[in-house]
Amino acid sequence: MAVEQTPAQAGEQSRIHNIGYRNYDGPRLGRAYARRSLYSQSLRGSYGLGRSVKSKVLPMLIFVVMCVPAAIMVAVAVATTAKDLPVDYTRYAIFLQAVIGLYVASQAPQSVSRDLRFKTVPLYFSRPIETADYVRAKYAALASAMFILTAAPLLVLYVGALLAKLDFSHQTKGFAQGLVSVALLSLLFAGIGLVISAVTPRRGFGIAAVIATLTISYGAVSTVQAIAYNQESTGAIAWLGLFSPITLIDGVQTAFLGASSSFPGEVGPSTSEGVVYLLVVLGLIVGCYGLLMRRYRKVGL
Amino acid sequence: MTVIATESLSKRFPRVTALDRLSMDVGPGVTGLVGANGAGKSTLIKILLGLSPATEGRAEVLGLDVATKGGDIRERVGYMPEHDCLPPDVSATEFVVHMARMSGLPPAAARERTADTLRHVGLYEERYRPIGGYSTGMKQRVKLAQALVHDPQLVFLDEPTNGLDPVGRDEMLGLIRRIHTDFGISVLVTSHLLGELERTCDHVVVVDGGKLLRSSSTTDFTQSTAILAIEVTDTDDHPDGTRAVREVLHARGIDTHDGSGLPGAGHILLLTADGEETYDLVRDIVADLGLGLVRMEQRRHHISEVFKDADDARDEERKEAVGHGG
Ligand SMILES: Nc1ncnc2c1ncn2[C@@H]1O[C@H](COP(=O)(O)OP(=O)(O)OP(=O)(O)O)[C@@H](O)[C@H]1O
Ligand SMILES: [Mg+2]
Repeated sequence: MAVEQTPAQAGEQSRIHNIGYRNYDGPRLGRAYARRSLYSQSLRGSYGLGRSVKSKVLPMLIFVVMCVPAAIMVAVAVATTAKDLPVDYTRYAIFLQAVIGLYVASQAPQSVSRDLRFKTVPLYFSRPIETADYVRAKYAALASAMFILTAAPLLVLYVGALLAKLDFSHQTKGFAQGLVSVALLSLLFAGIGLVISAVTPRRGFGIAAVIATLTISYGAVSTVQAIAYNQESTGAIAWLGLFSPITLIDGVQTAFLGASSSFPGEVGPSTSEGVVYLLVVLGLIVGCYGLLMRRYRKVGL
Repeated sequence: MTVIATESLSKRFPRVTALDRLSMDVGPGVTGLVGANGAGKSTLIKILLGLSPATEGRAEVLGLDVATKGGDIRERVGYMPEHDCLPPDVSATEFVVHMARMSGLPPAAARERTADTLRHVGLYEERYRPIGGYSTGMKQRVKLAQALVHDPQLVFLDEPTNGLDPVGRDEMLGLIRRIHTDFGISVLVTSHLLGELERTCDHVVVVDGGKLLRSSSTTDFTQSTAILAIEVTDTDDHPDGTRAVREVLHARGIDTHDGSGLPGAGHILLLTADGEETYDLVRDIVADLGLGLVRMEQRRHHISEVFKDADDARDEERKEAVGHGG
């Protein structure tokens, strides 16, 4: 498909006018390719790549903030020849939940609100892709971006642990459990962030709404849990954790991924309660996908 | 060959009937879809793109059924919406490349075609700047470019002249004409102004209240009188070339009209052509004066005149099973 330009370079103007229209007879890669392109464009966009310098600052900064504590812990572990890392792999994201919340609050609106606000969505749907392709590409892209954000510090911890010659099988198991946990977290947070952003086309409101949803639900749950703990109604604590995203993840990993609970008194859900947690998490992920589909069906052209 | 065919196509919303048993055939070329606000033009385009199901009837685009082959249709057609659709914070190049990939073009081809297409619509250095700083005319060109970048067989242009000043409007109409003549792409262009489609379209479909009012080839209306439009250059000897030509024509007893109210008025002379000899006469006069002839073209009757009595015709048209012009 190499295209020969005419050698006649008789002045800029005439050259511009002399080049006739060329038809395109190369490949058209269709719907799946378009969906992949949208995925990679959105994923890169979540770190400001292919966007203005200004849009790179926040996501890159958050990424660094996520990784620095892990690097420090590793340095300490290597220097002090500790027996284990100062923090569990599964606990790391819980510690930095505010940073993760800030990331999803800033990047979910930029991923979907812009297209809605500037009415670019109809242009997508005037092409071979369908509503489901758009929703899947956007969802997968943000979830992947969040997975990169949350898994990178775990990788730092793991590599550091191996350098510090900590027990290989123990570390590998913990790392794998941590990865499963942050994968679930990424899917859940991305879904919630996207649904909220998709109904608030003003980006600023979207950011505020996501932050509010995450912090208010967590604040309410942990407060009520603390009250329940003080009144020694420990049975309620595990169930209360069902009502905020981060405590849901905490519950699932306590029940199934060998994590220690960060609930008051470390009373996490039992295995049977954990099944409920897992079902709620999966239900929320599916529900977010369904809500996004409904939202975009209505956008049409 | 039929590019678009509809058969008793209806679209009913809970409160309004946007399309009412519309049947028409559209061939290759530039077709104007004319109608007042709310006539159902945009609704028709959405159905033809396979994005909104018809309540009744059927439609085919490029021989593909809109109800079942929407994806295939959208791969082969382009669409320029009537509303704003451009993100302000990216450049025209980045945006159009992305849209080309959304149409299935591989990355290298997407970049190459974007550069070509932006040049064809008349965007040069500006294309690297964020779209937010563009004028309305430039934004319309970007919107047009994203509809053409994948080299479709047919484009739907929904009110492309919306918001443009007379010069911008003229340029856009010229561009639309070229989409067919130079690029070989068929065009369905909507407008609520009958007049502006006169020079641009081969065929005009008029809809009103979702019903087909008229569908005919523009040349059908123009047989009665031919009006010749000429435009000449100025020279040092004749600083106002147009006036010089007019004076000579008047001296020979030929009346002219300055085309007031039409685009380019003041530089254009209109006269009634009596046949071949009028062309020869004009050519000789211009040559004798040493002027350059910028254009000499046959103007059609203004479509607005043709449709002046559309309201009267409507009732009769409804009685016949209308719809198959051209
Ligand atoms: N999604 C919808 N729900 C309800 N009514 C609709 C919808 N879309 C269009 N309509 C109605 O259908 C009719 C035709 O609308 P349409 O947008 O097709 O007109 P148009 O010819 O494109 O007008 P304009 O020149 O203003 O763009 C209008 O009365 C409009 O209000
Ligand atoms: Mg419209």
